[in-house]
Amino acid sequence: MEIIKLIGAIVLLSGALSLLVSAIGLLRMPDVYNRVQVGTKASTFGAILSFIGIALLKYDMWFTNENWLGRTIILVVFILLTNPVSSHVLMRAAYFMKFPLSKLTKVDMLKDDIDNKVVKEPENE
Amino acid sequence: MTNIDLIIYISVGIMSIAMLLGLVRFFIGPSVVDRVIAFDSLTISSLAIIGVIALIANRMIYMDVAIVYGLLSFMGVIVVAKYIQKGL
Repeated sequence: MEIIKLIGAIVLLSGALSLLVSAIGLLRMPDVYNRVQVGTKASTFGAILSFIGIALLKYDMWFTNENWLGRTIILVVFILLTNPVSSHVLMRAAYFMKFPLSKLTKVDMLKDDIDNKVVKEPENE
Repeated sequence: MTNIDLIIYISVGIMSIAMLLGLVRFFIGPSVVDRVIAFDSLTISSLAIIGVIALIANRMIYMDVAIVYGLLSFMGVIVVAKYIQKGL
């Protein structure tokens, strides 16, 4: 069954291309917030596609003692849970440290919420 | 070398180029948040490279290394974010 391995290799290649797009966006974006967003979303997508490709390439070892499928599922679920959480915490910390927004920004909903006293600004210390 | 092996090696090369570009942002980043997010992106790319190395070397144990490395990266980013918010 060479066709499953070929599909896995193509999925792995598209994951690698998504990681490359993430790195290029990390260099070109004008703002801290844009960099955090592009550096997390595209690289999460690329890593998940890469691990799906690896699992498809080892399809003949799925239900043997070497449990490739289980480990790959654990890794994908782990990346999918932790990576958005860490980027959200980092961007919230950057916002409350008053990093400047880009000049192209149109909407700042967190500022509106702070002005309307829906969200309270955390006190340092 | 079949076509499938060729595609796998090309994928490793593309991931390495992505890591080099992230390293440039890590060095020139003007603020600390840029460096932290460049570190996070480097870690995700190296997770994928560790997975491909486990595939090429046919060793399952390297996937465990990838799991522990991802856990350490998550802890590192959370700790640095709490630190720059003066909450630690």
